[in-house]
Amino acid sequence: MDKHHISQQFDSELEHLRNHVFALGGLVEKQTMNAVAALTEGNIELAEDVITGDYKVNAMEVEIDEECTHILARRQPTAGDLRLVIAVIKTITDLERMGDQAKKVARMAKDLAGMERPRNGYIEIQSLGSHVQKMIHGALDAFVRMDVDAAIAVAKMDMQVDHEYEAIMRQNMTFMMEDPRTIKRVLNVIWAARALERAGDHAKNMCEYIIYLVKGKNVRHISVEQMEEELHR
Amino acid sequence: MIKSSTMTHGIDLGAITGERVAHSSAPTENTLEVKDLRLFYGDKEALKGVNMPIPKQRVTAFIGPSGCGKSTLLRCFNRMNDLVDGVRIEGKILLDGDDIYARTVDVSALRRRVGMVFQKPNPFPKSIYENVAYGLRIQGVKERRVLDEAVENSLKGAALWDEVKDRLHDSAFGLSGGQQQRLVIARAIAIEPDVLLLDEPASALDPISTLKIEELIYELKSTYTIIIVTHNMQQAARVSDYTAFMYMGELIELASTDTLFTNPGKKQTEDYITGRYG
Repeated sequence: MDKHHISQQFDSELEHLRNHVFALGGLVEKQTMNAVAALTEGNIELAEDVITGDYKVNAMEVEIDEECTHILARRQPTAGDLRLVIAVIKTITDLERMGDQAKKVARMAKDLAGMERPRNGYIEIQSLGSHVQKMIHGALDAFVRMDVDAAIAVAKMDMQVDHEYEAIMRQNMTFMMEDPRTIKRVLNVIWAARALERAGDHAKNMCEYIIYLVKGKNVRHISVEQMEEELHR
Repeated sequence: MIKSSTMTHGIDLGAITGERVAHSSAPTENTLEVKDLRLFYGDKEALKGVNMPIPKQRVTAFIGPSGCGKSTLLRCFNRMNDLVDGVRIEGKILLDGDDIYARTVDVSALRRRVGMVFQKPNPFPKSIYENVAYGLRIQGVKERRVLDEAVENSLKGAALWDEVKDRLHDSAFGLSGGQQQRLVIARAIAIEPDVLLLDEPASALDPISTLKIEELIYELKSTYTIIIVTHNMQQAARVSDYTAFMYMGELIELASTDTLFTNPGKKQTEDYITGRYG
């Protein structure tokens, strides 16, 4: 939006709303990073921090949700403003769920910390986690810049995350078959990987909301290729 | 989900839920067709070549800032501008295919087909009954039974009957503003026009009376083609099927109301409806 509203108050309300979403997004990104670090480093304290920190994510989500309700009731936004509020309502739901996934990873990290550690130091989780974190960061960045191409690029990263997750699954199934005593530990690893993969899906959803926000087109429930096609029509 | 590529677009939700969708996508006929319409007040060009269809039995809203020409355009549909000094009109408006600006057109007959309701309710200083019966009386209808029936149907059509049926012969000035506006609508529909022009019909009314008028507009569109001029964008969003945004005598964008208010095609429209105008 290059022009300003006649109502400066409304402008500042929308500006606050955007800033709050970025703050929530930043917090979720940090939670995810810390959860992955806690797991790979076996750091129980850091895992605890992530688990107790989830309430902040939830509280912020509720607060932003209320802000949106107030804007809808008082301003009756239209066109781009309306799409922004709708996109925010959806985005914060996904961010809150990403927060939940980070909390799950942190729980697994706590359990795993007390078990035997593999020699590779959970490098596969670290790699998956860093990709997911890039997706979260990229989605937030695309949201700030209202950049559709960047949003598509982030959505494409989800395929890589999915492949990595599948590879982790296969690898860990092999471990379990080789030595059933590892099952308890390996299951925790699988659950952590699963949580990260889900976080990636949520980041991809955010990209779809960005496309809706900027282009007014609904590109949910279709493949990235179809998404691109739809946008270039 | 890991794999999600199911196409769910293009599904007819109405068919699934059994709802009657208000904005049916069925092709509609156009009652009116504006063709390259230009209007000059002296030297000043107030309408600069407007082209637009007005679909039959739908509500079309005109929005835009003051002086954009929306009321001028509305008044063209029943040639109200003919009464203004120094007005010159070029172009055509077709009503069911016939140009209403053709020489042979009887303007009184046109205005019987294209009724108008103004911003301020303007009942005649007569009884409620006589207000509604007025149009029929000047058409020469005298039969009591016919008049009674028309008055009752029109008042029912304007959602006023239940409130006034016991005081039909009281003065119309005893009614509230909202009731007076519905009375004026009853008077307009008593002569069974094809088109109703509403010029800010609710701007002088309180919110409840406004909602009653809006509800009435929704009901009337099954019978009449309605054009409404309103400054209240939320009202346009609530009542209309199509919205036309006008600016400086030009039609900037005409689209389905759903599209115009969620994803307008033109930046000027976006700026205006989001309050970035100016």
